[in-house]
Amino acid sequence: MGNEQYTIDNFGSWTAALDNMLNNVMPSWCATLLECVLVGVGLLLVYAVLALFYILYERKICAWFQCRLGPNRVGPWGLFQAFADMFKMLIKEIIELKHIDKFLFALAPYLVIIASMLCFAVLPWGNGLQIVNFNIGIFFLIACSSIGVLGILLAGWSSNNKFTLVGALRSGAQMVSYELSVGLSILTMVAFAGTMDVNEIVLAQKDCWFIFSAHIPAIIAFVIYLIAGTAETNRGPFDLPEAESELTAGYHTEYSGIHFGFFYLAEYLNLFIVSGVAALMFFGGWMPFRVEGWDGFNQIMGYIPSVVWFLGKAFLISFVIIWFKWTFPRLRIDQLLKLEWKYLLPINLFNLVLMVAIVMLGWYIH
Amino acid sequence: MEVKQVTTKSMPYDAWKDNEYIEKLVQELRDSGTNVLVGSLDKLINWGRSNSLWPLTFATSCCGIEFVSLGAARFDMARFGWEVARSSPRQADFIMVAGTIVNRMAPVFRRLYDQLAEPKYVIACGSCAISGGPFRKSYHVAKGIEDIVPVDVFCPGCPPRPEAMIYSIMQLSRKVKVEKFFGGVNRQEKRSEFFRQHPEQEALYNPSLPDDADKCD
Amino acid sequence: MANLQEKIARLFPEASFEEADQLRVVIPDAKLHDLVKTLRDDSEMQFDYLVTIVGMDWKTSLGCIYYLMSTRSKQIISVKTSTEDRDNPMLHSIADLYRIAVFYEREVYDFYGIVFIGNPDMRRLFLSIDWVGYPLRKDYDTNPELNPVSIEAERQSDFTYQWDQTESGEVKRRERRIFAEDDFVVNIGPQHPATHGVLRFRTAIDGETIKKIDVYMGYIHRGVEKLCEDLNYMQTLHFMDRLDYFSAHNYHHGLCLCIEKAAGIEVPRRAQVIRVMMDELSRIASHCLFLGTFCMDLGATTMLFYTLRVREQILDIMERTCGARMTFNYDCIGGVMEDIAPDFVKDVKELLAVIPKNIKEYNKIFTGNVIAKNRMEGVGVLSREEAISYSVTGPSGRASGWACDVRKTHPYSIYRELDFKEVIRQEGDSMARFKCRIDEITESARILEQLVDNIPEGEYLAKVPKVLKLPVGNWFQIVEGCRGVFGVYIESDGGAKPYRMKFVTPSFTAACVVDHITRGQKIADLITIGGSMDYIVPDMDR
Repeated sequence: MGNEQYTIDNFGSWTAALDNMLNNVMPSWCATLLECVLVGVGLLLVYAVLALFYILYERKICAWFQCRLGPNRVGPWGLFQAFADMFKMLIKEIIELKHIDKFLFALAPYLVIIASMLCFAVLPWGNGLQIVNFNIGIFFLIACSSIGVLGILLAGWSSNNKFTLVGALRSGAQMVSYELSVGLSILTMVAFAGTMDVNEIVLAQKDCWFIFSAHIPAIIAFVIYLIAGTAETNRGPFDLPEAESELTAGYHTEYSGIHFGFFYLAEYLNLFIVSGVAALMFFGGWMPFRVEGWDGFNQIMGYIPSVVWFLGKAFLISFVIIWFKWTFPRLRIDQLLKLEWKYLLPINLFNLVLMVAIVMLGWYIH
Repeated sequence: MEVKQVTTKSMPYDAWKDNEYIEKLVQELRDSGTNVLVGSLDKLINWGRSNSLWPLTFATSCCGIEFVSLGAARFDMARFGWEVARSSPRQADFIMVAGTIVNRMAPVFRRLYDQLAEPKYVIACGSCAISGGPFRKSYHVAKGIEDIVPVDVFCPGCPPRPEAMIYSIMQLSRKVKVEKFFGGVNRQEKRSEFFRQHPEQEALYNPSLPDDADKCD
Repeated sequence: MANLQEKIARLFPEASFEEADQLRVVIPDAKLHDLVKTLRDDSEMQFDYLVTIVGMDWKTSLGCIYYLMSTRSKQIISVKTSTEDRDNPMLHSIADLYRIAVFYEREVYDFYGIVFIGNPDMRRLFLSIDWVGYPLRKDYDTNPELNPVSIEAERQSDFTYQWDQTESGEVKRRERRIFAEDDFVVNIGPQHPATHGVLRFRTAIDGETIKKIDVYMGYIHRGVEKLCEDLNYMQTLHFMDRLDYFSAHNYHHGLCLCIEKAAGIEVPRRAQVIRVMMDELSRIASHCLFLGTFCMDLGATTMLFYTLRVREQILDIMERTCGARMTFNYDCIGGVMEDIAPDFVKDVKELLAVIPKNIKEYNKIFTGNVIAKNRMEGVGVLSREEAISYSVTGPSGRASGWACDVRKTHPYSIYRELDFKEVIRQEGDSMARFKCRIDEITESARILEQLVDNIPEGEYLAKVPKVLKLPVGNWFQIVEGCRGVFGVYIESDGGAKPYRMKFVTPSFTAACVVDHITRGQKIADLITIGGSMDYIVPDMDR
């Protein structure tokens, strides 16, 4: 596939150059080790900064919806509010509880955070800016994101508190159900793309994003994905596991300090991942917006760095999800499950068949 | 290390009403003279703590409604980063005691305070919480919450206007700013200090939660 | 009234009658149950609504006054019974006739120690199990050392008691379990975001389904009724701001009316109009806050901020006239404290202009939402009969089809002259309660429209003696608060201080009915139902 027109910001060439340089000055195992460390540190940094950005992002957006100003005292426009929160969370006491399973209690937040961190590995941030690229990237993404539910279940169970237990049971039922819809709607798009390789999926959308080229089934899949993705991340209107007015704080009621901080950050990171995957599967990942024939326009679009494209799309989709949360009332648990098993799942299955038919008959935009 | 005057953004130092108390704290800090490294780390952490005070969703009566107004668009405590009201005491930084505490509520309130993670603060908001207010003579009202928990800031009014509440939280934030964090706001020390002031409470103090801890969250 | 008296005298020769502002029957305890049953079931009387049970301590005897109302003829009757035994007082329960009586009798037991024979749940209601003494008795020992403020967790019992009378007349106590032995009981409250204050529900759940709720009150019980006995009439007024702080004006109005009725004070017309306008303004403000907090409970946080906008505008109007945002202390005996602010009329007109727009917006955001509909429709259905039996008044009762608006049934002040509709719905579910309140905002706005240009000139405060003494006697007055019927009972011994003052609050009954209508529903529905009943905890605890 020709992606020569994106050489301006092809990170692939930069990283290759770095790899070459390192290999020249030190033995190859050493270079690999150093690269691993570099990537790890970079990932953690991006992770932290992104989470902090998202915290502020949501607070500002929700303030905007509610005719308020939102944080504006700490730093210019309240930019450092989230940093202040992080400093505080880091030094808060981690309360030791009696009568709990200490090991599982401590393990749970790490499971949640690791699950979301693993998903970062396969997201295509920009042209060539991807940590691992392998041929079942999408599969890996779905697999990793489901580890998170384990952490939530453990958290609820090990806290030895009735509220957290109810929260955990809810979240277990909810996430297992909605995993299905997420998986199936992604599968629909995989059927269209014909590959599970993240990079290839992005490149396939060079001229026309999937949401346009696969028209009706893609739009159906996107809507379902957005609903199920919101439920996956336990965000309103599907925030039953931590429903504030029902279960105080749901499964993380007993967590304090940085352990709670992990849950707090993971929630926002999962939001980013869900939006990122939506951008990847439906809106061309880091591919710029192109219109066939408008060469000047396409060229200008091409000048915008690929990272900006990807993040921009992800943030926009996150905006929609945040919009849901602050507008809609919460569903009840039986309505939630009914929505999934009685409506989303059958529509999804039908949609998959439709997509296959469209691919077979070639009724899509080439 | 030199400690500067403590104030907040867009509020001159002289506009504050009770600077003597803060100055006393600053003097203590100067006298203790920590080294530069710990001092600047303290400063950084205190900057974070003072700008991120999360309240516990706790209201018993009228003052609680003013607290709701405080969150609404007109007064918007989100500007200061205080809007993240947590329902779980483990995740909150301070309790705004908005309303009367009565005999039956006192043990529950005390437990809520115990459940807060250190460093924790209490604002007694409204005359009921300060002294019992108009219900002081009642058979079932605690005459001020100071007998139950240590209080950091008193906010008078019945109920205090939202502006007064903002002022009281800003005062708390100022207090946090001049506290010594390392070796200062430390759980054991604070507890022993509390027991020194309230020796009668020490006998009642039981470090372990009762077995039915989950019954009363 | 005369007919009624004759009929009762014929059926119950033991009964005697007393002078009061309502017909009062005095009956010995043994015949009480029969009398109340006849009053309720007789086709000519039909006193099917138990307004309240007032516990009394007459120093020589202890007793109760039952206020009954007929939902058909709107007539009020009071029944008085007493017992001489101060050490072990017992009366017969009417809990099998009115479901709310279980709770009213528990309240009397809590304050006076009167045991009700046949009540299935004879526990203390507001005070803890270990409380020493019965606080509203005149000989109560107020020594704080007896009942200190403790930080030790209060003792908790899984059992309750019932006193039964055998055929031979012997009274026996028997123990009853509150929950079944293998119930999974979750404690919701007292510190819980959903309970709107410090109310506690012990909830037995089966998975997500609620099996039973046991309501615990008293976490903000401040003993207002006892405090009033030590203050003169003027001073008692300020507590009205702090019961239901949203209907501060309405409650003030009620107490003032009762005292004015007793003292025979004529209120100037201007003051009456101002009072009614303030009542309706606070009704709008209160319902606005209800819409906001209810939606927030359901998870739609943003709605709160839109409804609070209107509330803030009303608070501004109030502040300019009364000088406070919440505790106004504006109505006083004989009129109102201050004249209205110069801009009052202009401000109210501005408010009336924005209300229809805002209601349209609220409906757009929330009422039409499919999730909101699913959450509210058919949830927590309360039938008309149950609403009356549980004495659930106000918008919640009217949503069940019970026309219980005091402004219509027993018009006070100038309400008789005003043209407004009583909002009644038949469904009785949470949605009906929600819509009822939205419609009431419109009706209140209509009342304001009629009055805003017609505030008469003249005095705003009648001449009232500095030290007000009421003659010996008793008076009962009901008004419509924002949440339902607010009643004041005053008994005077001729002094400057009331001998007994009792407040009947609508939130109390609204909380008592929660157990009944949540059974079999989901945990999430408890939040919907609790929110839609719109109780204020300090109002129920007093």
